[in-house]
Amino acid sequence: MNKIKNLADLRDLKDKLQTKTKLRDKSENPEQMVQVKVAMATCCIASGSRETMNYIVDELDKRNIDAVVTQTGCMGYCYAEPTVEVIMPGKEPVVFGYVDTKKADEIIEKYIKSGILVEGIIPVNYKKIEQ
Amino acid sequence: MVDYKIHLLVCGGTGCKSSQSQILAEHLRTEIDNQGLSDFAQVVVTGCFGFCEKGPIVKVIPDNTFYTQVKPEDAKEIVEEHVVKGRKVERLLYKDPKSDKIISDSKGMEFYKKQIRIALRNCGVIDPENIEEYIARDGYEALGKVLTSMTPEETIEIVKKSGLRGRGGAGFPTGLKWEITRQSPGTEKYVVCNADEGDPGAFMDRSILEGDPHTVIEAMAINGFCTGASNGLVYIRAEYPLAIERLKKAIDQAREFGMLGKNIFGTDFAFDITLRYGAGAFVCGEETALIHSMEGGRGEPTMKPPFPSVKGYLGKPTNVNNVETFASVPVIINKGWEWYNTIGTEKSKGTKVFALAGKVNNVGLIEVPMGITLREVIFEIGGGIKNGKKFKGVQIGGPSGGCLTYKHLDVPIEYESLIAAGAMMGSGGMIIMDEDDCMVDVAKYFLDFTVDESCGKCTPCRVGNKRMHELLTNITKGNGTKDDIERLVNLGNVIKDTSLCMLGQSAPNPVLSILDNFREEYEAHVVDKKCPAGVCKALMVYEIVPENCVGCTACARACPVGAITGERKEIHRIDPALCIKCGACMDRCKFNAVIVN
Repeated sequence: MNKIKNLADLRDLKDKLQTKTKLRDKSENPEQMVQVKVAMATCCIASGSRETMNYIVDELDKRNIDAVVTQTGCMGYCYAEPTVEVIMPGKEPVVFGYVDTKKADEIIEKYIKSGILVEGIIPVNYKKIEQ
Repeated sequence: MVDYKIHLLVCGGTGCKSSQSQILAEHLRTEIDNQGLSDFAQVVVTGCFGFCEKGPIVKVIPDNTFYTQVKPEDAKEIVEEHVVKGRKVERLLYKDPKSDKIISDSKGMEFYKKQIRIALRNCGVIDPENIEEYIARDGYEALGKVLTSMTPEETIEIVKKSGLRGRGGAGFPTGLKWEITRQSPGTEKYVVCNADEGDPGAFMDRSILEGDPHTVIEAMAINGFCTGASNGLVYIRAEYPLAIERLKKAIDQAREFGMLGKNIFGTDFAFDITLRYGAGAFVCGEETALIHSMEGGRGEPTMKPPFPSVKGYLGKPTNVNNVETFASVPVIINKGWEWYNTIGTEKSKGTKVFALAGKVNNVGLIEVPMGITLREVIFEIGGGIKNGKKFKGVQIGGPSGGCLTYKHLDVPIEYESLIAAGAMMGSGGMIIMDEDDCMVDVAKYFLDFTVDESCGKCTPCRVGNKRMHELLTNITKGNGTKDDIERLVNLGNVIKDTSLCMLGQSAPNPVLSILDNFREEYEAHVVDKKCPAGVCKALMVYEIVPENCVGCTACARACPVGAITGERKEIHRIDPALCIKCGACMDRCKFNAVIVN
């Protein structure tokens, strides 16, 4: 480790290190950010949801979008795996089906960035007890 | 560098560690490896989350899931269910005792709702043994800013304007102390961090040092720059091994990164820190005694003035601040005094850390804004009294503080109002008592402590407290008289007026404040010869209610001294001369026939 010689050094280092703890800061106020939930049950993992999740996390980071990506249990749409739920701040959740990395890219570019809905939406037919 | 998608934060504070959290963290790591997810999920051992009541704690980020009382054998389930499949392990989630609802997100817990974490900002968030995580969360930014763009005077001005006051208990304005040390002539000066935390039941400073040691190092360096000192000393109790270990590691890392040593941030400023171990004497928390102990002398206080800021360690100007005071400084520099002023009340700014202990549901470590009421702390954050019992009193400020009662529940927590109510801020110990606690016994307990801890230098403290203790013992044995109560008051006031240091000056406080608030309980002991709470054994008489006794002989068989007589199917009786008041008969009786008077 080279010594930190001035304030600029420290800030460079901080920028590099921030990804280490950024997730912990974000989790304090998730409702103010884009929340992405990737279904991660056995069926989803078998259909490649882990690749989808990794892709979404990396891409959101690359495109400088503040978002919290969490995994969740089976949403029940096992025919359409991998499924991904996106909650924009202050909006109703939207569930997308058959989300491979290509679809994920489209969701990020169109829906998350500019609010344009893309194909592949699964009509949500349930309510959650916690809300 | 690997970008982890899931962080599992495991509490590594002394409390959780003693409940095997270290092994738990190992098991979690192994399970994650077994699942082939070591690039996906990361296990971080952090400092204290504060919710010690239900430790060990595991918090899963980013969904903020708060698992309580996790055992090493739960690791497999957490990894297989939560990390792999995203399903929360319901049986380990926190259940709100009032509504019986499961709360998975820590933000929804009453315990955290009213807290503002400044001194504890990194506790339970970062790995205390990794300087990189501290830097990632604005660590050493304040030191860099101060060294490269500010003068010592400007920095002191910010601390003064922030209104920060000594968190060790006395509440002396921190900025003013820094200024006095700066203005004291001399080229050799010292910065001392007082980590001699001695109040029974208090663990604020220990938790900060265990959970975020770098914040103290950074603040001490800032203080060195402001006062002109290049040597820092941390006086820490040898009985805090984990805090010492983490602090040592942190100092080594700070040196390696150039945050301690010569030419810090490319300036001429040099600063380094060494540790001094205390042997656990309560009086060494007093700054002059602490300095004598560091010099190798006896831990005895001396007259002030001269204050340590003028003539301290080795006769040189020495700035002594408490751990929590230091921990607040970097945030004040980074966010500004204006921001700090928005928290707290007019004369008490910012936040205070308290260690909740005693008969409260949520025992743990909390940080609250000044001005919050005792009711909010005990009944909302603390979750009320254990087992639905009635609240009786709260001892604030440890053995030097006072005992407040239900009529003080709406007193705001600030330096002045607590003193007006008959207690004091103290370093942050808060012991809560319920209807089963005898207040005379509580007063005796705290006096017991100060009698033990008195250094013996001044007669009023050495002999006076001993005499008070004898009077109290007499009262609890049923041999007290009404004159004894007056004697306690007189003696207490003399000790307060004539002792040299705060230990003696405050030792009678618990006895006197309990006399003020619970006089009827003292009187019950001396006039009626009864202990209303049923604690003082000498005053208890076990009796059998003839109407309830069926003559089953269970009590007679349970009695270890053969004090109960009676044939089968006949009413039994207890011989008070033989009875040792152990209560075995009462536990055994199924018919509620044994009572205590």
